[in-house]
Amino acid sequence: MNKCMERVYNGIIKENPTFVLMLGMCPTMAVTSSAINGLGMGLTTTAVLILSNMLISLLRKVIPDKVRIPGFIVVVASVVTIIQFLLEAFIPSLYESLGLYIPLIVVNCIILGRAEAYASKNPVLPSAFDGLGMGLGFTVGLTAIAIFREIIGSGTIFGAQIMPESYEPVSIFVLAPGAFFVLAALIAVQNQIKINKAKAIGEKTQLETGCGSDCSHCGNSACGTRKDN
Amino acid sequence: MKELIIIFIGSALVNNVVLSQFLGLCPFLGVSKKTDTAMGMGTAVIFVITISSFFTSLIYNYLLIPLDLEYLQTIVFILVIAALVQFVEMFLKKSVPSLYESLGVYLPLITTNCAVLGVALINVQKSYGVLESVVNGFSTAVGFTLSIVILAGIRERIEFNDIPECLKGTPITLICAGLMSIAFFGFSGLI
Repeated sequence: MNKCMERVYNGIIKENPTFVLMLGMCPTMAVTSSAINGLGMGLTTTAVLILSNMLISLLRKVIPDKVRIPGFIVVVASVVTIIQFLLEAFIPSLYESLGLYIPLIVVNCIILGRAEAYASKNPVLPSAFDGLGMGLGFTVGLTAIAIFREIIGSGTIFGAQIMPESYEPVSIFVLAPGAFFVLAALIAVQNQIKINKAKAIGEKTQLETGCGSDCSHCGNSACGTRKDN
Repeated sequence: MKELIIIFIGSALVNNVVLSQFLGLCPFLGVSKKTDTAMGMGTAVIFVITISSFFTSLIYNYLLIPLDLEYLQTIVFILVIAALVQFVEMFLKKSVPSLYESLGVYLPLITTNCAVLGVALINVQKSYGVLESVVNGFSTAVGFTLSIVILAGIRERIEFNDIPECLKGTPITLICAGLMSIAFFGFSGLI
């Protein structure tokens, strides 16, 4: 059981598909115009991930190694088709608002990535939890971005008004360009954190190695803090 | 004829596949460092999307609909596209080596381009016939090429600018794409 919980933690925090791995960017940007859409897309993808991971894990000894990618794609496409019908029947409003992006889950690289990296090598139960973790991580990422865009772009969260009446919504944030800007800001913040970390480590190693910070004449091309590259 | 022109303008400019529908973002961000490579990628995409929208709409209209198998569209389309890219690659290698050389590495990359599957699904959604599907596929790909080449041009200029450390790379590219997307809103009055 411990291993299963570790997979969930890994998916949500350590290898979060949106914030850390940067996978599946097309749906991330396309459906995050409102929080409810982001959450819906995230949960749909989670369902697909759990099912496809379980199926692929079950079939991992049956599918020959050479044709495994087409095999995985067929499994994923079948699961997506089933989920699409379930959505159409039981949550038609979500089905309407996600539209084209539901069948496009097939080409979401997170799903094929997990199938290849985890489910094809591990037993069924951990694979299912791996799917759950990755899916929840994706859901958290999508919902966070969507909430941010919805607050700025229309002054609401999940459709409930939270900004004061006098707030003028910046509607560009719920339109296409807003997605690009929000994602750019997100990556920029991450880069800044990485730069700060690298600087902190760099100062330490400078003291230790006595590096004169003259990178262009230094022979150590493997140095992580080289400034000329 | 008029209808086809409207489809062309609509797909290439107004509903640009990358800038307003977010399909094919990975190659859009990944292969847009130089104008030459962007052009190569664009040509390959035009080639593949036009052919694949022809075949997928042919299969959908004359095979899946008569057999009442519309629900299999996603599975069938993805397999057709994957197989098609393989065949196109083998065919070009044998018979048009010069084109194969210039498209080279971009061809296999296209299978992972969600724009290809996206166009096939849009064709079904809008219930286009075969001719309309081909026109729609071609114009969507032209829109893709247009935006990736423009972005590559901008990125070549950005190389020489002094931008904050944390914005280098992907963030500044995304900001450019966002500004381009605003600019493309200007086309929305065309149809």
